[in-house]
Amino acid sequence: MDEQELALRIRGVRKQYRLGVIDRRTLQAELQSRWALWRGREDPNRRIGSAEPVNRSFWALDGIDLDIRRGERVGIIGANGAGKSTLLKLICRITAPTAGEIDIWGRVSSMLEVGTGFHREMTGRENIYMNGSILGMSRDEIDSRLEEIIDFSELRAFIDTPVKRYSSGMFVKLAFSVAAHLSSEIMIMDEVLAVGDMAFQQKCLERMRRAADEEGRTVLYVSHNMSTIRQLCDRCVVLDHGRVIFDGDTERAIASYLDLSLGENEVDMDLREKSHQNTGAETGLRMTRLCLEGRVNAVYASGEPLCMRLSLTLTKPAPPLHFRLTLRTEADVGLATAWSKPFSIEGTGDRTVRLTLPTDTLAKGCFYASIGVYRSDEIGRMFPLDHLSRAFKFEISGAPVWNTDAHGFLRLPELKAE
Amino acid sequence: MQHIHISAKQRPFDLCLGELWQYRSLVWLFTRRSFKVSYMQTILGPLWLIINPLLTSLAYVVLFGNIAKLGTDGVPQLLFYFSGHAIWSFFSSCVSKNAATFTSNAYLFGRVYFPRLVMPVSYVLSDLIRYGIQMLLVLALLFWYALHGMVTPAWGAWPLLPLVLVQLGVMGMGVGVIVSSLTTKYRDLSILVDFGMTLWLYATPVVYPLSAADVGLRRLLLINPVTALIELYRHILLGVGQLEPAPLIWSWVFTLAVALAGILIFNRIERTFIDTV
Repeated sequence: MDEQELALRIRGVRKQYRLGVIDRRTLQAELQSRWALWRGREDPNRRIGSAEPVNRSFWALDGIDLDIRRGERVGIIGANGAGKSTLLKLICRITAPTAGEIDIWGRVSSMLEVGTGFHREMTGRENIYMNGSILGMSRDEIDSRLEEIIDFSELRAFIDTPVKRYSSGMFVKLAFSVAAHLSSEIMIMDEVLAVGDMAFQQKCLERMRRAADEEGRTVLYVSHNMSTIRQLCDRCVVLDHGRVIFDGDTERAIASYLDLSLGENEVDMDLREKSHQNTGAETGLRMTRLCLEGRVNAVYASGEPLCMRLSLTLTKPAPPLHFRLTLRTEADVGLATAWSKPFSIEGTGDRTVRLTLPTDTLAKGCFYASIGVYRSDEIGRMFPLDHLSRAFKFEISGAPVWNTDAHGFLRLPELKAE
Repeated sequence: MQHIHISAKQRPFDLCLGELWQYRSLVWLFTRRSFKVSYMQTILGPLWLIINPLLTSLAYVVLFGNIAKLGTDGVPQLLFYFSGHAIWSFFSSCVSKNAATFTSNAYLFGRVYFPRLVMPVSYVLSDLIRYGIQMLLVLALLFWYALHGMVTPAWGAWPLLPLVLVQLGVMGMGVGVIVSSLTTKYRDLSILVDFGMTLWLYATPVVYPLSAADVGLRRLLLINPVTALIELYRHILLGVGQLEPAPLIWSWVFTLAVALAGILIFNRIERTFIDTV
C-alpha cells in the first residue's frame, strides 16, 4: 500500500506481560529468594505446592499486522483480555512492544480508559493547555480552539476548577472534548462513551464521524457496545487472544465477534449434545435441533421477530404440546416467559415446528433463551417433556438512546396521555 | 507530517533531546505548575520560599553555631548557613523529586505520551528557580556583610557558579533517576530516600566547614562527591573553603558516571515501567 495514504502501519507486534507478582516484590523478598537459591535451598517466597515458577508470562498481543489508511473509522472489538487496550497503549506509546514495529504518520490524541492525560491538580483549562502542549501545539493554536473545546464539553462553569473535583462524567466530557478538538491526525478512543450521558454519547459519535469524514482524521475506536461500533465505524478489527481474527466490514466483524462469544453455531444448534434438564427418555420427546431462521448471526433489530425452527424426535404419541421460551438477561436475571397455545402432533418420528416470537417489547440488550416443551394437566399445571436452559443467546440492537441501566430491557405498551 | 517509528529495539543512550526541545512548552508548564500547587492554598504564598530556609538557617545558627560551636571559617553565621542550606536543598530536592518520578506520575504516564524526560528536567528547573529566589536573600546578606568587610567573596570566580549548579543538578537528577527506576520494582527504596538524604546532609560540609574536620575525617568526607562542590561553591561565594584538585576531579567523574548510568536505566525503564507500576 502507498505510504502516503497510511496513518498507521503495524508489523509483527507482540507484547509480553508477566503474570504473578514478581515485579511488586519488596527488595527484602527478592534478596531472600536469591540468597536461598544461591545456597541451594528452596525459595521461601514461593507458594507451597506450586510447581511452576512465579514469573509465568503470556502474550497479550501475539503477532499483529495492521494497515490503517488515513480517514478511516476503525472499530476494534474483542472479548475482555483479547488485547484491545494493549494495542492502543502501544500505539499511544504508553508502553513499548516486546517485538515488532509500529509506524505512525501524524500526531496521536488519545483517550484511554476513563480520563485522558489529565493532571489531577490542574484546572480544566490548564489541562487543555497541557494536552495541547503534549501534542506539540503552540499556545496560540490552543487559544484558538479553547472556546470550541469548552463549549463542546458543556463545562464552562467548572473550567477553572481542578479536575480532581470533577465527577467521572465531567471528566469524560472534558477528556473527549480535548481529544477531539486538538489538532491531531489520529484519534484513539477506548470505551470513552461508557460514562457519559446518552445525549453526550451521540454528540461524541457525531463528532468522531465528522472528524473522519470532513477533516480526514483517522479514528480508532474500542468498545463493547456494538451499536456504537455500528454507528461509527466503516471498518472493524476483531481481536482474540492477541491476534487479529477478522478485519473488514463492520457487520461481518460483529458477527464473527459474536460467534466467538457464543460458540460456533449460534444460529443452527445441535441440541442432542447439550445437557437437557429432563432426559426425555420416558416422556418420549426430545428436542434435537434449533435453527434461527434466515439468520447469519443472532443479532436482531428491535421489532424484528425471532423465528425459530425446532426439530423434535418423538418415540411415542405425544399429548398436545405447550412450547415455552424463557428469556434471561446477560446478568442471568429471569426476564420473561412466552407460552404457545396447545399444539398437536400426530404420530411419532422426527418433526419440525416453527416458532415465532414478536420482539416488539424487547428494547435492547443480550438475552439468553431457554426453550422447553411441556404438557399440561386438567387444571393447567405444566410438566416438562424436555427443557433446555440457555439454549442460545441473541442480541437486540435497539436504539442507542435506550439505556438499559436506566430504562430496563422491556418496552411496555404505549403510555396513554389524555 | 510527523512520522513516529516505534520499535521493540531500544537505543540505550538515545536521550531524544530534539524531542525534548519540541516539548519545551510542556516543561515550562510543569515547572510553573509545581510553584502554583505548592503555594495555592497558603496565606503567605511564595514568601514561604524565603521564610522556610530562613527559619531553618536560624535554627542552625542556634544549634550548630552557638550550642555545638562548629565554627564557620570566620563567615557570619547566618550567611554561612543560609547559603549552605540553599544549595543543599537544591541538590536534595533534585534527588528526592526525581526519585519519585515514576511512582508519582504513574497516573499521567499511564494515559498519555510525552518524553518522560520532561518530568526530571522540569523538576530540576523548578528547583533551580527556587534556589534563584533564595539566592536573592543570599546576595543581599552578602553585599551587606562585604560592605562591612566581614566577608571577602572571590568575585573573579563567579562565572564558575553556574557550572557548580549544573553539575549538582545533573548529579542530583542522575542519582534520583537511578533510585526512581529501582523504586518501580522495589517500593521499599522510596522510604529509604528521605533517610538517606538526611544522612547525606551530615556527610556533607553544609552545616559545618570542611576545615572543622581533622585530616582523617576530611579524607573520608571527600569521598562524598558533593563535598568538593560545596567547598568550591563556598570559595566562590564567601571566599573560604578548601580547594583541592583531586576531590574535584573525583566529583566530575562521579557526576559523569551517574549521569550515564541514569540515562541508561531511565531509557530502559521508561519504555515499559507502566506495566509494573
